[in-house]
Amino acid sequence: MKIVVCVKQVPDTEAEKRLLPDTLTVDRESSNPVLNEMDEFAIEEALKLTEAHGGEVVVLTMGPDGADAAVRKALSMGAHSGILLSDPALAGSDAVATSYAIAQALGTTEYDLVILGSEASDARTSLVPAMLAERLGLPQLTFASKVEIDGTSITVNRLTDYGHDVVQAQLPAVVSVVEKINEPRYPSFKGIMAAKKKPVAALDVAAAGIDAALVGQAAAATTVVDAAQRPPRSAGVKVTDEGDGGVKLAEFLSAQKFI
Amino acid sequence: MSSKPVSPLDLFAIDGLLSDEERAMRDLVRSYGARELRPHIADWFEAGDLPAREVARGLGRLGVLGMHLHGYGCAGTSALTYGLACMELEAVDSGLRSLVSVQGSLAMFAIWRYGSEEHKQAWLPRMAAGEAIGCFGLTEPDFGSNPAGMRTTAKRDGDSWVLNGTKMWITNGSVADVAVVWAGTADGIRGFVVPTDTPGFSAPVIKKKLSLRASVTSELVLQDVRLPADAMLPQAAGLAGPLGCLDEARFGIVFGALGAARDCLEAAIAYALDREVFDRPLAGFQLTQQKLADMALELGKGMLLALHLGRLKDAGQLDPRQVSLGKLNNVREALDIARECRTILAANGITLEYPVLRHANNLESVLTYEGTSEIHSLVIGRALTGLSAFV
Repeated sequence: MKIVVCVKQVPDTEAEKRLLPDTLTVDRESSNPVLNEMDEFAIEEALKLTEAHGGEVVVLTMGPDGADAAVRKALSMGAHSGILLSDPALAGSDAVATSYAIAQALGTTEYDLVILGSEASDARTSLVPAMLAERLGLPQLTFASKVEIDGTSITVNRLTDYGHDVVQAQLPAVVSVVEKINEPRYPSFKGIMAAKKKPVAALDVAAAGIDAALVGQAAAATTVVDAAQRPPRSAGVKVTDEGDGGVKLAEFLSAQKFI
Repeated sequence: MSSKPVSPLDLFAIDGLLSDEERAMRDLVRSYGARELRPHIADWFEAGDLPAREVARGLGRLGVLGMHLHGYGCAGTSALTYGLACMELEAVDSGLRSLVSVQGSLAMFAIWRYGSEEHKQAWLPRMAAGEAIGCFGLTEPDFGSNPAGMRTTAKRDGDSWVLNGTKMWITNGSVADVAVVWAGTADGIRGFVVPTDTPGFSAPVIKKKLSLRASVTSELVLQDVRLPADAMLPQAAGLAGPLGCLDEARFGIVFGALGAARDCLEAAIAYALDREVFDRPLAGFQLTQQKLADMALELGKGMLLALHLGRLKDAGQLDPRQVSLGKLNNVREALDIARECRTILAANGITLEYPVLRHANNLESVLTYEGTSEIHSLVIGRALTGLSAFV
């Protein structure tokens, strides 16, 4: 079985994120780039599936030149090879364009299953997995908290507000996973050293068969017209305890719908 | 006027001196430490009890144990990377770094460097994985800096060796599966691989410690411990054997001590920025800034020295006297930094809510183990003058 895991490099989740004032795109220079945390769960699930069923894991990312670090991290966890889709024409692509570009890049390889994290910690749209499935004309099994494969059949628990749905499809399929699904492994020193020797294919828009007019910031379906800094925290509400502090606290929390 | 604070080692642009792979390995140990070890360390220290087996297995999965050795399940990294890993572990606690030093640089290194093929096959893969724990018995109750005077003996009796004696201050002793024990024979000092379930071997824990509380420290008692003839390490003759191992461990300490110092300094800076005195941050007072600047300088200088020694070691050019330079300077400065940071945190600094006094107390041990500061001064003095002043 061949599984492609799509990953994204994002600004460090610990750091304060900001938009560049001129392009209103994410400022990637001001914080360390890291592998999107949710994608670690996708990689772990792919590794577990290939450990159980045999096969290989290919990790694919789209991003600037330095995004190969995200691929290396996945390789150091145990993925077998990588694909880095990088081209200045892709900068500023929205979810629609990203799903198109990834679908085209996936056309350069064979696969039985595509796994993604259910959201990236920077944009947080959760749109790409579903859009990608639509582009590929494949079943979409999103927000999976459990994945089982039996022959060519895949079954997932799809997380919902009320619990989960059990969803079944035939491979090939597109799955997005949530944090509940597993406990991602740490890389090991041997894994880090082995990652250096694993093949990473570099693709630009031409090699991936991407029409440059359909991607990038200019092709985005939506435009960010303005952005403002979050205002500083206001002073909040002071409750003076006159014997009824508990009641007042409860009233406050209830008004905020916390209780 | 205010600008974004820069961390002390970033001010020295240290990361630029490391390769991508070195940074990746360091970051792995750092994030593992932050997520798996640091949340528990104050409790382990307070309880005076380290779940050593669990910790060893976790570190074994990463590949930290015996990481710079080659073959037999060891990761085979550079020595410099081993130093960086020691630094990240000791940034959490010197006790954790001690576990790794003793496992990798003392017990595993002794077997790897001086053992027979059978010794290596029997122990190294399990020790690298953290499934077996090792300890190293050289120091005795009355013989620390002068190990040549040791009273532990190994006598031939037919096809066996019989060991008798007592070893003291042995890290990992009570939890070890195997002890590398040095003993006097008719043929000088020799090393022995002693499975700890051998009759006559016992390892009582040393309690009531005020330092390295998140570390298992033991006495080794050998009472007519009978070993097969092949238990002796064939490639080590005389004191050069154990001293070679100590050079390995000291190399890790050169980096490790700076981890503790960095953690103290980062804690002190964060505290000083947050803490208001006379209605403004403590960090904005000149006396505080003088302290911070002096500490950052020593930390950065120590780091540059450690990296220099690391590059020399990887080039096969490191002289043991240079390890003395590094251990003497970096542990001494780290201890000074930890104590100075404590003054910035004042009363808060004495609690386990903050790492500074825990680090300072740990560094008191690090100052004297693996060669005291005095001995390293004499090594350096002898190098500079050609005159030996040990006795």
